[in-house]
Amino acid sequence: MKFRLFAVLALAVTLLSGCGYNQIQINDEAVNASWSEVLNQYKRRADLIPNLVSVVQGYASHEKDVLTQVTEARASVAGIKATPELVNDPEAFAKFQKAQSDLGGALSRLLVVSENYPQLKADANFRDLQAQVEGTENRITVARNRYIKAVQDYNVGVRTFPNNLTAMVIGAKPKANFTVEDEKAVSTPPAIKFDAPK
Amino acid sequence: MGRWFFCLWLLCLPLWVGMGGTALADDGVAIPPLSSRVTDLTGTLDAGQKAQLETALQQIEAAKGAQIGILLLPSVKPETIEQYGIRLAEAWKLGRKGVDDGLIIIVAKADRRMRIEVGYGLEGNIPDAVAKRIVSEEMAPRFKQGDYFGGLQAAVQALSARIGDSGGAPPTDAGQAEQDDGASWFSDHATLLFFFIFGAGVLHALLGVMGYVVVAGIAGVIAFLATASWLIALGAAVAVFLLSLLGLGRMGGGGFSSGGGWGSSSDGGFSGGGGGFGGGGASGDW
Repeated sequence: MKFRLFAVLALAVTLLSGCGYNQIQINDEAVNASWSEVLNQYKRRADLIPNLVSVVQGYASHEKDVLTQVTEARASVAGIKATPELVNDPEAFAKFQKAQSDLGGALSRLLVVSENYPQLKADANFRDLQAQVEGTENRITVARNRYIKAVQDYNVGVRTFPNNLTAMVIGAKPKANFTVEDEKAVSTPPAIKFDAPK
Repeated sequence: MGRWFFCLWLLCLPLWVGMGGTALADDGVAIPPLSSRVTDLTGTLDAGQKAQLETALQQIEAAKGAQIGILLLPSVKPETIEQYGIRLAEAWKLGRKGVDDGLIIIVAKADRRMRIEVGYGLEGNIPDAVAKRIVSEEMAPRFKQGDYFGGLQAAVQALSARIGDSGGAPPTDAGQAEQDDGASWFSDHATLLFFFIFGAGVLHALLGVMGYVVVAGIAGVIAFLATASWLIALGAAVAVFLLSLLGLGRMGGGGFSSGGGWGSSSDGGFSGGGGGFGGGGASGDW
């Protein structure tokens, strides 16, 4: 009788730890894979920028502000080492995310400015690059959404009973997720002025 | 006291219901079920045109393996066509699993927006710039004149020319491709468990109690390899030893049957082969 009780206990322990452990590993790998895809798409965007800048320069060289902004933002993105370990370091993650969103902002300003140059817009090279940038931005969005879902699964797994016990033993911590960039900027309504442009 | 709390709690209910309602509304336009290659929810194409497009798409799949779907719908608002497109792609899963050669042409008529959603495997043949050119040079001018059929036909032709012959056979097991990862995970592990239990029985017949010890040892080693934790390995070994000792080894042979029954019977209708999409492609308007 005592023997049987012990057996049931042993079974329970192995099943709980075993299942939870494997689930955590599976989720962890899913997070890594989706993070790699995010990095991959960010890299793709960064690779497009030199070409885009040089094409725009050909037609709109006096738009210096926007062009330098893009170049600088790209340089600061390149300055951050994008490693898979970034996911486990919330501070570095936030920094990385800030740099990428700055680059995204600068890039969209560049595309808006280029609307003012009909010749640039007619340039086949520019149109192809623009399509690529748009496509890449969309891929980044998709990759980020998939990453958010993967982290959600992982974090739920790590935080809920009984997996949280396993997580404690093996030291698995919840991972950083994407947040709304510049929460303040998004929540304040944009100031719209109808003054004549200077 | 308790009753007051209950009343308060009841007051919260409508709030939750309200929240549930908005969450549903945020989900956007519903994804139509995939029943044929051309889905027209706007009544733009007549039966002959639809059949003509479907035949063209069927020929592409037969020759090159790539699955192309066309969806015409009134509007995708409040989402953007890109957001709707990736949701649609994830639901329809066009293209062969692993090859990911699926493609969807989406036309939101009232929004005057269209999009070509390109599967992972076709991103090389149809890069974003090419997709954009097809959208703005083949589709947009014809759509402007109200010639939706002509625009779609031209787009299909242009796409077909870009999709090289990948040499693969058309997807034979469309729709069957691993519907439930959980089920396969379970059957994998169940196999392992059964291996141990039957193995224990066999070794017991050969070696007596030592057979159980051997099996327990193997289980321990596997657990250690899988988890790199001595604690878990020891636990697994002890558990397997006890399980076999308790005589579960002689209980086998019953009940569990794997395989069969999951897949959909793919008779007649059209279904996706399990291809993946990553947001590639291009959108445009007219």
